[in-house]
Amino acid sequence: MQLNFNNPKPIYMQMVDEVKKALARGELSPGDKIPSHKERAQMSQVNPNTVQRAYQEMEREGLTETLRGQGTFIRNDPALLQTIRSEMALAAVKLFIEEMQGLGIEPGETERLLRSQLYDESKEG
Amino acid sequence: MTAIDQSPTMIEIKGVHKRYLLKQALNGIDLQIKKGSIVGLLGPNGSGKSTLLKMMAGLIYPTSGTILVNGREPDVRNKQQIAYLPEIDSLYSWMTVKETLQFISAFYSDWQVDKASLLLHAMELDERQKVRNLSKGMRARLKLIAALARKVPLVLLDEPFSGIDPMSRAKIIHSIISEFQADEQTILLSTHSVKESEPMFDDVIFLQNGRIKIHDSAENLRSEFGCSLENIWEKVYA
Repeated sequence: MQLNFNNPKPIYMQMVDEVKKALARGELSPGDKIPSHKERAQMSQVNPNTVQRAYQEMEREGLTETLRGQGTFIRNDPALLQTIRSEMALAAVKLFIEEMQGLGIEPGETERLLRSQLYDESKEG
Repeated sequence: MTAIDQSPTMIEIKGVHKRYLLKQALNGIDLQIKKGSIVGLLGPNGSGKSTLLKMMAGLIYPTSGTILVNGREPDVRNKQQIAYLPEIDSLYSWMTVKETLQFISAFYSDWQVDKASLLLHAMELDERQKVRNLSKGMRARLKLIAALARKVPLVLLDEPFSGIDPMSRAKIIHSIISEFQADEQTILLSTHSVKESEPMFDDVIFLQNGRIKIHDSAENLRSEFGCSLENIWEKVYA
């Protein structure tokens, strides 16, 4: 797990993102059991309170559910994967748009560049 | 969430000054530390870190001001509630590792034998070795075992990483995180090794010239400065 302490995004949110990415990539599946927050803290060498906060956040977002006495599981919801993928895709697009705006590039130009690059890559691929 | 939230207070310090014969070590410290957190005490040499920790341990007293640990003024009696790892090496060189731990355990009714042997294993120390034959890093590991094998609400670690190898440092950090009981323990740790210890901290205190320069949660500071504690350190003490 790659945590970046120079990223202004809080560590607990970075940990939530890691789980989401693992789901999007198929390394984790709905219904899978994930390590307890204590185990997770030991594995990643991160403050147990921070890990606990990440687990609370995942529960709050409906990403995981905790079954008493059994542990924490990725919520067994087939729609979950789709939700997370679109959520992460949207975030990536927003980041891209922000970068382009930062460069002073007009939306029309951004769209044109994106289309032409996608076209080039589809030909190459 | 701010650094000082609704959790009950473990340490409360008000207007504390400490004057040694020739040096003003603490210059008006006001500080609250909540229960259940791992707090990093950061600052250059001579900024007052050790003085503050010794005061919390009840080894020295403020020249003026008040300090309460778990609601009481620290003194010899409530040492039973505090595990203190001194910066200096106070181990007897002629004892073996095993004898050292047995010797220390005799002072404390809260000593956890099973935890001590667990830590011994995790830290990869050979209990038959004589202290005099241990490397500096190995002695640092042994000192940490002595502090963490006790079941106490407050653990004070003064420079547990100073001058030791990266491997020992990693082992020590691992053990602190593994053994930390968030619901019943508070750990204060002074260090220069900000990079390695950063992931451990809930809150951090930056000291300078006997004063608190910054006290906030690590997450707040990172989002405020937009960088890691390690880089904040460079900005604060530039």
